[in-house]
Amino acid sequence: MSTEVAPIEAEPRSSAEASGAATGEPLLRLRGLSKSFGAVHALVDINLDVPAGQVTALAGDNGAGKSVLIKCISGIHSPDSGEIQWEGKPVHIRSPREAAALGIETVHQDLALCDNLDIVQNMFLGRERVRHLTLAEEEMETAAGQTLSSLAVTTVRSVRQLVASLSGGQRQSVAIAKAVLWNSRLVIMDEPTAALGVAQTAMVLTLVRRLADRGLAVLLVSHNMNDVFEVADRVAVLRLGHLVAVERAADIDAQVVVDLMTTGTSTRATQPKPAEPRTADDQA
Amino acid sequence: MTKLEGPDPLGPLAAEVPDLAVAAIAETEAPDAPEPKVETLRDYLRVVYLRIRSGDTGVLPVVAGLLLISVLFQSLNANFLSAGNLVNLLIQGAVYMLLAMGEVFPLLLGEIDLSIGFVSGIGGIVTAELLKQSYGWPWWAAILAALIACAGIGLLQGTIITRLGLPSFVVTLAGLLGWQGVMLLMLGQGGTQPINDNVVNDLASGTLTPAASWIVMILIVAAAGARTWLAESRRRATGLVAPPASLTLLKIAAMGAAGVAFVLICNTDRGRLLPIKGVPWVVLIVLGVLAAWTFLLRRTKFGRYVYAIGGNAEAARRAGINLSRIRTLGFMLASFTAGIAGIIYASRLRSVSTALDGGTLVLYAVAAAVIGGTSLFGGRGKAMHAVLGGIVIAAIDNGMGLQGYSAAAKYVVTALVLLTAVTIDAVARRNATR
Ligand SMILES: Nc1ncnc2c1ncn2[C@@H]1O[C@H](COP(=O)(O)OP(=O)(O)O)[C@@H](O)[C@H]1O
Ligand SMILES: [Mg+2]
Repeated sequence: MSTEVAPIEAEPRSSAEASGAATGEPLLRLRGLSKSFGAVHALVDINLDVPAGQVTALAGDNGAGKSVLIKCISGIHSPDSGEIQWEGKPVHIRSPREAAALGIETVHQDLALCDNLDIVQNMFLGRERVRHLTLAEEEMETAAGQTLSSLAVTTVRSVRQLVASLSGGQRQSVAIAKAVLWNSRLVIMDEPTAALGVAQTAMVLTLVRRLADRGLAVLLVSHNMNDVFEVADRVAVLRLGHLVAVERAADIDAQVVVDLMTTGTSTRATQPKPAEPRTADDQA
Repeated sequence: MTKLEGPDPLGPLAAEVPDLAVAAIAETEAPDAPEPKVETLRDYLRVVYLRIRSGDTGVLPVVAGLLLISVLFQSLNANFLSAGNLVNLLIQGAVYMLLAMGEVFPLLLGEIDLSIGFVSGIGGIVTAELLKQSYGWPWWAAILAALIACAGIGLLQGTIITRLGLPSFVVTLAGLLGWQGVMLLMLGQGGTQPINDNVVNDLASGTLTPAASWIVMILIVAAAGARTWLAESRRRATGLVAPPASLTLLKIAAMGAAGVAFVLICNTDRGRLLPIKGVPWVVLIVLGVLAAWTFLLRRTKFGRYVYAIGGNAEAARRAGINLSRIRTLGFMLASFTAGIAGIIYASRLRSVSTALDGGTLVLYAVAAAVIGGTSLFGGRGKAMHAVLGGIVIAAIDNGMGLQGYSAAAKYVVTALVLLTAVTIDAVARRNATR
């Protein structure tokens, strides 16, 4: 029972306090977001803030609605109800293009890279720079190299290397660097360390931390507690479509998050969770 | 034009490339230069080596194969590498090379176009028809109309494939049957449409004068050399990995030497009754198409998207690329190039007849592209592969012909070469994605 801050609404405690001494509006704010697929209530009344300069981890068991939530933010799904605010203004994100125009880049779970293209070609895919009707290769190669080295991705031997020859961690780094290249403000990552070894996971997590330190907002989807507590400033827990908690990472530990993920409450919590009113669609 | 890709000198370098140095992440403040200024031959060769190792074997296997074939046939028959036979071989292979350059677009997209053999027949017959006395079109107008007709066929097939979401194999198989029917219909009773226009007939069999051959060669080498020099010195100036100036000069010198050697061969009299000398027109046509399609594939957004779709269509879609448009354009270019091939085919025979076997032609075109190094799995290939593969097929045909082998033996040998090429492609891919 440590810091007691009055919860806004009866819902999971607002993230306003978790974002620390946040001044003004968070970069992204979700208000009462809901999304159903037929009878499946994938998201129910989600309230979440994603502030700049911090890593917000989104934890939850399989099927909790993590992917659906980020798809609503990145323009792949449109929410049934609720509001998305970007820098305090309500926005409608109808396509990945519109998300990109706002500065939202998503690194999907299944990497969207072309094996047969090199790193530069992949990073600029769909947004190539052109001079006199031909591709401005040197310009793109320089920019890609700069982005990679500014993120200290130094393990790739050449930016002209085909992506096919990269290790899993290197590919993930390229995918993340690609998101950074476009002056993005919010980078969303869906399970970026799934299927990576120990060293490569460390490499990717370092990169994730570096993005936040640069002032970007990062929304990191993961159900790996080690990853979450290694990089996250804040942890949001989804369970069966409900956001059951948003906490400062420093205030909780892995066991609490696991409890929240599985039961929606935690007796071990430093502060007891108000029991969530269960709804009919919550069984299973 | 010439990309130096040295396989063997790189062997020892392999050991020096550190393996998976993943954990090493050095904190660096965003430096201005993305990479250290590397201008040494070593760094450049390392980049080339990395590309080859990642499955981009390029033209290495087919060039090696071509050398092998040349040595083999030359040892069997001293006439094989004679000036006259070499030029003949190029003329014989031109139709395959052109058709295969068309087929490269669908193959890169991960698709196939089975119709282009008979589409080329349509190209030939439209040209021949419009040149008939009764129409009397000038040669250039007839050719233009034929090419537009062929591009239209490609547009139609591509639209059906992309809009209705049908497999290209089936749609172009229907094209193979359908356009054969149209061709037979257009040829009508006689079954043969002769061509009397001199310009069109010279496309395949005419030659430049020896003097003009030299001039054209010098112009081409100068243009290609200037391009190479400008491009590589620009890379050096921006501090990107580039071959050292000495290597660039060496490349240009190699182009020059190849040009001189080629013109010397072509300018040797190869006539039996009358003297025939000079570079054949058809060689320039093949070079022109090669240059145009290489430019399109390597230097434009369209080309980049063709590779991206063949490599990972889902990634291309997420990157905002209009898949349908690029695919349709790819089929259009395939049919357009087939039109050029058909006109050359008609020009060589000075007629179009029902003997044109579009089924065999298209299969040879696919074989040529694959033998040259283009992947059947999509995403890997170049226009240059089609030309080299076409030369291999023509060389087998020609070399075995000189030895008096039957058509049956030629088919079997071509089949074995094709199988070898596909195996090399598959193995290269497997090693790359290990
Ligand atoms: N396109 C869809 N159509 C129907 N149901 C869906 C769709 N996408 C997700 N769901 C459902 O929504 C719930 C949340 O899924 P998801 O967000 O993928 O979970 P996770 O948290 O593991 O990423 C699941 O019950 C899933 O079956
Ligand atoms: Mg998921």
